[in-house]
Amino acid sequence: MARVVVDVMLKPEILDPQGQAVQRALPRLGFEGISDVRQGKRFELEVDGPVDEAALARIHDLAESFLANTVIEDFTVKVESEDVVAGAAK
Amino acid sequence: MSRTPLDTVEHATATPDVELPWAELGLKKDEYERVVEILGRRPTGAELAMYSVMWSEHCSYKSSKVHLRQFGEKAPESDAMLVGIGENAGVVDVGQGYAVTFKVESHNHPSYVEPYQGAATGVGGIVRDIIAMGARPVAVVDPLRFGAADHPDTKRVLPGVVAGIGGYGNCLGLPNIGGEVVFDACYQGNPLVNAGAIGVMRHEDIHLAKASGAGNKVILYGARTGGDGIGGASILASETFDDAKPSKRPAVQVGDPFQEKLLIECTLEAFAEKLVVGIQDLGAAGLSCATSELASNGSGGMRVTLDDVPLRDSTLSPEEILMSESQERMCAVVEPEKVDRFLEICDKWDVIATVIGEVTDGDRLEIFWHGGKIVDVDPRTVAHDGPVYERPYARPDWQDALQADDANKLPRPQTGDELKDQVLKLVGSPNQASKQWITQQYDHFVQGNTVLAQPEDSGMIRVDEESGLGVAIATDGNGRYAKLDPYTGAQLALAEAYRNVATTGAKPLAVSDCLNFGSPEDPAVMWQFAEAVRGLADGCLQLGTPVTGGNVSLYNQTGEAAIHPTPVVAVLGVIDDVARRTPVAFQEDGQLLYLLGDTREEFGGSAWSQVIHDHLGGLPPKVDLERERLLGEILISASRDGMIDSAHDLSDGGLVQAVVESALLGGKGARLVVPDGLDAFTFLFSESAGRAVVAVPRSEEVRFNDMCGARGLPVTRIGVVDGDAVEVQGEFSLSLTELREAHEGTIPGLLA
Repeated sequence: MARVVVDVMLKPEILDPQGQAVQRALPRLGFEGISDVRQGKRFELEVDGPVDEAALARIHDLAESFLANTVIEDFTVKVESEDVVAGAAK
Repeated sequence: MSRTPLDTVEHATATPDVELPWAELGLKKDEYERVVEILGRRPTGAELAMYSVMWSEHCSYKSSKVHLRQFGEKAPESDAMLVGIGENAGVVDVGQGYAVTFKVESHNHPSYVEPYQGAATGVGGIVRDIIAMGARPVAVVDPLRFGAADHPDTKRVLPGVVAGIGGYGNCLGLPNIGGEVVFDACYQGNPLVNAGAIGVMRHEDIHLAKASGAGNKVILYGARTGGDGIGGASILASETFDDAKPSKRPAVQVGDPFQEKLLIECTLEAFAEKLVVGIQDLGAAGLSCATSELASNGSGGMRVTLDDVPLRDSTLSPEEILMSESQERMCAVVEPEKVDRFLEICDKWDVIATVIGEVTDGDRLEIFWHGGKIVDVDPRTVAHDGPVYERPYARPDWQDALQADDANKLPRPQTGDELKDQVLKLVGSPNQASKQWITQQYDHFVQGNTVLAQPEDSGMIRVDEESGLGVAIATDGNGRYAKLDPYTGAQLALAEAYRNVATTGAKPLAVSDCLNFGSPEDPAVMWQFAEAVRGLADGCLQLGTPVTGGNVSLYNQTGEAAIHPTPVVAVLGVIDDVARRTPVAFQEDGQLLYLLGDTREEFGGSAWSQVIHDHLGGLPPKVDLERERLLGEILISASRDGMIDSAHDLSDGGLVQAVVESALLGGKGARLVVPDGLDAFTFLFSESAGRAVVAVPRSEEVRFNDMCGARGLPVTRIGVVDGDAVEVQGEFSLSLTELREAHEGTIPGLLA
C-alpha cells in the first residue's frame, strides 16, 4: 500500500474567489503580512500494489480526466509513504 | 510583442519595420494595413491589442453590420422606445414612470470549453449590461440549445451549463423566469448558451455609456484585473475551434457572483446620488472596449494611466491588461468633485475603485505605461470605424431539395392506437418533455416578485407592488423552421415569442434578439443570416415592436457543418395588473376549451416529423402577423376582462402538446372532440402558427364568442376540461398518470 497525493490548483491566471475571501479575512483576524492566498484541493489516493510507472500513469490519467478540470486547473501527482518513484507527472 | 524597450508610440515611429503578430491576434492582412493607414505608422503592441479585439467579429459586427441596419431602418414607430440600439441595452417605457431595459446575449463558445464558468459568466455579463443602463436587474432568462439528448458530451455540457446559470443567478439573488432547452444533433459541437436579463428603473435614472466633460475622472471599479480571458474576444469568439491557435493564457474566465452583487448595489447607490456622468461595463475586450467606447461616445478624448489599474497578477503586460476579460469590472466617468464620494461608496461595499484617467478636451485616446505613451488613437477608429464586410451570400444549392422533401407526405398514424402511441412518444421526446428537472435548479421566486416562471408561456415579474404593474418576457427560436426557410423561421420565432407574451395577458412592446449562425465566410450561412435579419426586421415593423438591441454570434460550426440558423427572439410585454395574468394550467373541471386560429396541414419542421420520422424537410408553417396581432389582442382583452381562466399558445408539438401540458400542470384532464373539417391527426399534431387554446368558464362563453366573432378571429369549441385523462373522442384516451410518466421522466432519465 502506498499513498499518492494529487494536488489540484486553479491555474495562476484564473480568479480564485475563495482564496481572495480568505486573504481578506486575515488582517481582520490579526494575521498580517500575507499578500495573496490561493486555495486548492488535495486528494489522497491509497493505491493497491506497487506504485510503479504504470500505476502513476493511471493516476495521472484519472487526475487529468476526473479530479482536475484542466481547462482552469493544474495538478501535480506525488507519491507519499513510499520511496519516491521517478517520473511523477507534471 | 517587443517588450524591451517598451513599445511606445515614439518607439513604434522609430522602428517602422518591426513585425507584429497581427495574424495571431486574429486580424486579416488588409485589416492590419488599414490600422497602419489610420495611424500613419505601425501600431504599438498595445494599440494592436486594442484594434485586434475591437475589430474582431464579436465586438465589431463586421460581417453582420450591413444587415443589422435594417433593424433601425425598418423600426416601427413606437412611443415606448426610450433608448434604442447601440447602447449597452435598449430601454422601454412601461408606464407609471417606470422604464424597463432588457437584452439577450450569447456565451456559446466559452460554455462549450468550460460549461459551468462559461454559462455563469454569461449571466454575469448580461446583468452588467443592465446595471450599466442605470437599472436594477430583476430577472434572468436562459435560452439553451444542446446536442442530441442522449449523446455523452451533452451529459458533460448540459449539467455544467445549468449548474453555472443556477449558481451565478441564485447567488446574485435574481429569479430565473424563462428560456428554452432544445436538443438537436446540429448543436453537438456548438451548444448555444444565450442569456437574457431584465432591469427596472425610473425614467430619470437612465444612464448612457459616454465620457463627456474635460477634467472628469475615469474610475475603474470592481474586481482586480487578471490574466483571464485574454484574447477571448478575438480568438475564442471569432474563429472556429478547428483553427483556433493555442493561446498562452487560458481564454476562460471564472466569475464571482458575490463580487457582482456588490457591484450592483454599489453602482445603484452611486446612480441614486447622481454621481455618474457615463458608465460602461467591462465585457468582451475589457478595458480596450470600455475606454474606446466611452471616449468615442463622449465629447472629448481620454487619458488613461494603465499603471493605476489594480492587478491580480503583477506580471501582466500592458497589452494583456488592455485585453483581459476579468469579470465583475465596470468603468465610470465622474466629475472631479464627486470622486471622493464615489470612492466612499465603493469602499462601503468593499469594492476596489481606482481613478485610472480623465476625460480630455482633445479627441485622442491616450494610454500611458511606466511613463511612456503606448496608445495614441482616435477612439472612434477603434470602437466604431471597424471593418465592414459585404460578405457574399447565396441561397444554398441544397435549399430547394430540402424544401421539396415535403413532411406532409410522411406516413401518418391511421388508427386511434397509433395516434395514442405517437402522442406518448411526442410528449416524452427530449424536446417536448418537461424541463422541470433543469429549471428547478434555478431559483424562480427570490425577491418575491415572480408572477409566472417556466413552464408558463412567458415569465412575468411584478414591477410595482401598489398598482400591480408588471412585465413579461418570452424567448423563442426554432432552428428547424429557420433551416427550412430562414426568413419565415425568424418571423415564426418572433410570432411565437409575441404570442407567448400575449397568452399570459401582457401587451408586447419590444424585441431583443440573439442571432446564432455558422461561419459568415460561408455564403450559404451568410444567406441564412441575411434572410433571417430581413424576416425579423419586416416582422417587427409589421407588429409594431422595435428591436432594442441584441447580439450576433457567428462561427457556430464545427468544420464544414454549421448549426441550424438559430435566431432567438425575446419579446418584452407589459401588463397593467399582474393579478390578471393568464396561466397555462387548467383551473376547473367543466370549463370549455376553445381553439383560436386556423389549423392547416403544416408539418414541415414539426416536432412530429422529428420525433416519429427523424425528418427535416418541406416548408415551415405560414406566418400571418396580422393574425398574430389580432390573436394577441383577443388574449389580452380576455385576460383583462376575466373571460378566460387558462391559455396556452400552440407551437412545436401542436395542439396535443399544449393540452397535455395544461392538463399535467393543472392536474385536470380534458375531453376533446375533433372539429368538423379536420382529421384527428392534423387536429392534434399540426403546427400552424397564430393559434392558442383557452379554457373559458361557462358563464363567459357567450361574451367570449361574441368578442371573437366581432373581431373576426376563428374560434372552435374543441372540448371541455374534465376528469383525469386526456381523451380524444372516438380515438384514444391517455391517463394523466401515463402522460406524466412519459412527459416528466425523460429528462431526469437522460441526465440525472
